[in-house]
Amino acid sequence: MLSDLYIPGASALHRMRPAWKLALLFLYCTALFVVSHSLMLGLGLLLIALGYGIAGLRPRHAFDAVRPALYVLVIIFAAQLWLEDLAMAAFVTLRLIALLMAAALVTYTTKASEFTDGILALLSRAPKWLPKDKIALAISLVWRFIPMIRDQFEEVREAQRARGIERSLLALVAPLVVRVLKSADEIAEAIEARSLD
Amino acid sequence: MIFDRVCVTKGSRRILSEISLSLTEKRIGVIGENGSGKSTFLRLFNGLQKPTSGTIRAEGWGDDLRRHVGFVFQNPDNQIVYPMVEEDLAFGLKSRKLSKAEIQTRIDEVLETLSIAHLRARLTHQLSGGEKQMVALAGVLVTRPDLIVFDEPTTLLDLPNKLRFMDMLAALPQPAVMVSHDLELLMGFDRILHIEGGTVFADGTPSEVIPAYRDRCLARAKG
Amino acid sequence: MTTRDIVLIALFAALTAVMAVFPPVTLPLLPVPITAQSLGIMLAGGILGAKRGALSIILLLVLVAIGLPLLSGGRGGLSVFFGPTAGFLAGWVAAAFTIGWMTEKFWDGLSFVSATLICVAGGIVVMYALGIPGISLMADVPLSKAFMGSVTFIPGDIVKALIAAAVMVTVKKSYPIIGQAA
Repeated sequence: MLSDLYIPGASALHRMRPAWKLALLFLYCTALFVVSHSLMLGLGLLLIALGYGIAGLRPRHAFDAVRPALYVLVIIFAAQLWLEDLAMAAFVTLRLIALLMAAALVTYTTKASEFTDGILALLSRAPKWLPKDKIALAISLVWRFIPMIRDQFEEVREAQRARGIERSLLALVAPLVVRVLKSADEIAEAIEARSLD
Repeated sequence: MIFDRVCVTKGSRRILSEISLSLTEKRIGVIGENGSGKSTFLRLFNGLQKPTSGTIRAEGWGDDLRRHVGFVFQNPDNQIVYPMVEEDLAFGLKSRKLSKAEIQTRIDEVLETLSIAHLRARLTHQLSGGEKQMVALAGVLVTRPDLIVFDEPTTLLDLPNKLRFMDMLAALPQPAVMVSHDLELLMGFDRILHIEGGTVFADGTPSEVIPAYRDRCLARAKG
Repeated sequence: MTTRDIVLIALFAALTAVMAVFPPVTLPLLPVPITAQSLGIMLAGGILGAKRGALSIILLLVLVAIGLPLLSGGRGGLSVFFGPTAGFLAGWVAAAFTIGWMTEKFWDGLSFVSATLICVAGGIVVMYALGIPGISLMADVPLSKAFMGSVTFIPGDIVKALIAAAVMVTVKKSYPIIGQAA
């Protein structure tokens, strides 16, 4: 099933409203870019370290936040080193790392369901022209479909493995897309059959 | 339920022509080959398919067939909308503007009736095929339909699950209309409609219609 | 928007998410593996059309933003929107829209060749037109350098454009979605 990247805890950051965390995150990122100075960056990194401490997270979690971008970060570091100097390369790369860690901090301390509830609460106050029921339905449907399509993908992969062509991306994608489209009509019908709108 | 000269055409193709029927039996089976129009016929019952001409009425129901007729599909995977069983059961009720307490009572009741209370908090995608079909049926029963139509509900079930499904069907108080290729299952029904070429080819008790249908298919298969 | 449109949008958001776990393909001489996910972007546009295609990618990104690890390599959460490659995520939506729009325009005569060109235009030209300035901005490097850093991915994207085009043509024959009155 789908699991989010949330790491359980009871810290002040865990308890803070998602909207506040998002606002702080945007403030933090804007500050780092507007005041482009190493003193500001130092302060920013300190704040982040403090944040991870308060939330009871480990250095491993901070590293996990940066790791997917490692390849790009190394290239950027090398490019800066070549274009400018070591100080500039370090500054630019560290600033990106600070951003990645700050954003991950919000994700680590907020459940996906808190965000979903927040979105639904926002929607309930949204203007009339917005099809809020449909947006809410679409979000639940994706939750429901991901495991279903994952299972279908495994079936297709098995069938193609039996035929010896599992390395072909086309052989995996084409049957999967056709299956997905075939089910779309019946799912839509079933939803209509069960609801009265 | 009364069908009066019902026709359905899609583009220039005529799917069903001039069907007139009066349906009062409690268990009605529908048989026919693939492409005979039986699926379209079934969709007429709850308004998923609107007749091109003709009318479908039922006493005391008014125009809104969907409020009174529940639909169970062949593949429960395509019928279950929400990731969790309980949420899914609430789905059809939300659009009926019922109170939270009423929704809860109905869900409890239906889980009890089908003896699947243990599935309440399960994730729908982790259920077995038989459990999924029960949840799909529960999702329809919570809306308390006056009639339930089934589109090949046992095709994807194994034998134990099929037998369980048949028990459950026998206990259902509502009348039911079912399309099925399972002739054995339909033998216990009150009335069978054989649809072919967009019309009702034969109409009668199972012992009248089913053997003739089997012979006809056999003869055709042998050319 | 009919119920069917909502279902299609959700299905392609889910399909694109699932493509993150497809086994990555490696091409000889290339340092970067090809992941299937951007194939999902091309297909969302090329099969659903501009509006539904773009909406399904937006839906996927909303779920990523709230913390689900649905991007290739198990990435997810807000950090992907604050990382150096954030421009590419905006590029995804624009690419799905462009591919969908062009597919609708050239629907009647759509062939394997024209479908490939459409996928290259949307999935490579438009995508990189947003992605590269994104890298340049976030990493403080000139555009030309950001471009140099990205070219290694282009051959893989061409392979994906070819596959997407083949699927688009197959679907046009068997399950056309765009041609129907939308």
